Amino acid sequence: MTSTQARNTKVMNRFELTQRLVAGLKDEAVIGGIGNTNFDLWAAGHRPENFYMLGSMGLAFPIALGVALAQPKRRVFALEGDGSLLMQLGCLSTIATLAPKNLTMVVMDNGIYQITGSQPTPAAGHTDIVAVAIASGIANSSWAADEDDFERLIAQSKQASGPTLIGVRIDDKPGTGTTRRDPVQIRERFMHGMGVRQLL
Amino acid sequence: MAAAEQASSQKTATTWHGIVLQTLKRNEIKLVPYVPDRVLTTLIKDLHADPYFTTFPTAREEEAVGIVSGAWMAGTRGAVLMQTSGFATLANVLASLAVPYQIPLIMFVSERGTLGEFNYGQALVCRTMRPVLDSLAMEHHTITRLDELEFIADRSIKQAVTTQAPVALILSPLLTGGKTFDK
Repeated sequence: MTSTQARNTKVMNRFELTQRLVAGLKDEAVIGGIGNTNFDLWAAGHRPENFYMLGSMGLAFPIALGVALAQPKRRVFALEGDGSLLMQLGCLSTIATLAPKNLTMVVMDNGIYQITGSQPTPAAGHTDIVAVAIASGIANSSWAADEDDFERLIAQSKQASGPTLIGVRIDDKPGTGTTRRDPVQIRERFMHGMGVRQLL
Repeated sequence: MAAAEQASSQKTATTWHGIVLQTLKRNEIKLVPYVPDRVLTTLIKDLHADPYFTTFPTAREEEAVGIVSGAWMAGTRGAVLMQTSGFATLANVLASLAVPYQIPLIMFVSERGTLGEFNYGQALVCRTMRPVLDSLAMEHHTITRLDELEFIADRSIKQAVTTQAPVALILSPLLTGGKTFDK
């Protein structure tokens, strides 16, 4: 069965994983997908290298790809929900083609649209997102078995010769905080964080 | 100047796709993701052949919008190439990313659905394009004449960058020849 690997992984918590990621960061960019994914990124402690999406569901990986192409020396992390990625699976093929080695993608997979009322996604229970990523050409794709394995995979991605995708199974908890919804300020601060613009 | 080079520069100055390529270059637009269109074939081929550009296909137009948005925020300018029907998939990303975040998204849209369209669906989808642009108060120009192309494209790109606002440059069949039934 293709889902054996996923079932053997521990069900973790989005906020806890995000905190673990953020705790180890220096100047890396982090793109947070729509909804709970960027709420937890915000709650883990705002930093100017974070970009928070307030719409455009499914575009966390494409936005991160753009950042990674523009700044090949900077590590770029992208955090995306499973429902969001389902909207834009084709981007995995594009990323496999361009193969930026400085891109690490994390898929927070709980099989539900938590924020809209926890309805199951069409993929829930049978689609293995890591297998989809591998089949799309992203060879460095794997499920994190537990929190320590997640941290190990994050560290490993920094030495990888191509892009990395890490699947994490998460629980059905909502996001911990709420991102301040000011798109211009989010963008302006992010550009400052990327070193391309001074703040006014 | 070598004969081949001369021929190439004449082609650049006298074809719409040559002018678009040079205008992109002059404005330091290096990243050009696209979803292809028959009319854009030569432009896409020439972009691939020119090492100045990073150009590649995406699976959907909104994916390309995400890529150039991320790149711009990190210091690299981009533009997206698409067809009318591709533009019709973009209302959500324009309204939730490009416009509210004030991103100078530059779009070249090859216009199908008018002036000899043979597919009714294309004709209908074309009619949704300008109302969507107008509903978001987005800058857009329909380019019909070769002698106006460089002025419109160059000025519009500069305006998009300086005002941090998206722009759609619609390439009319009057400019490109369009796609006709016998092609």
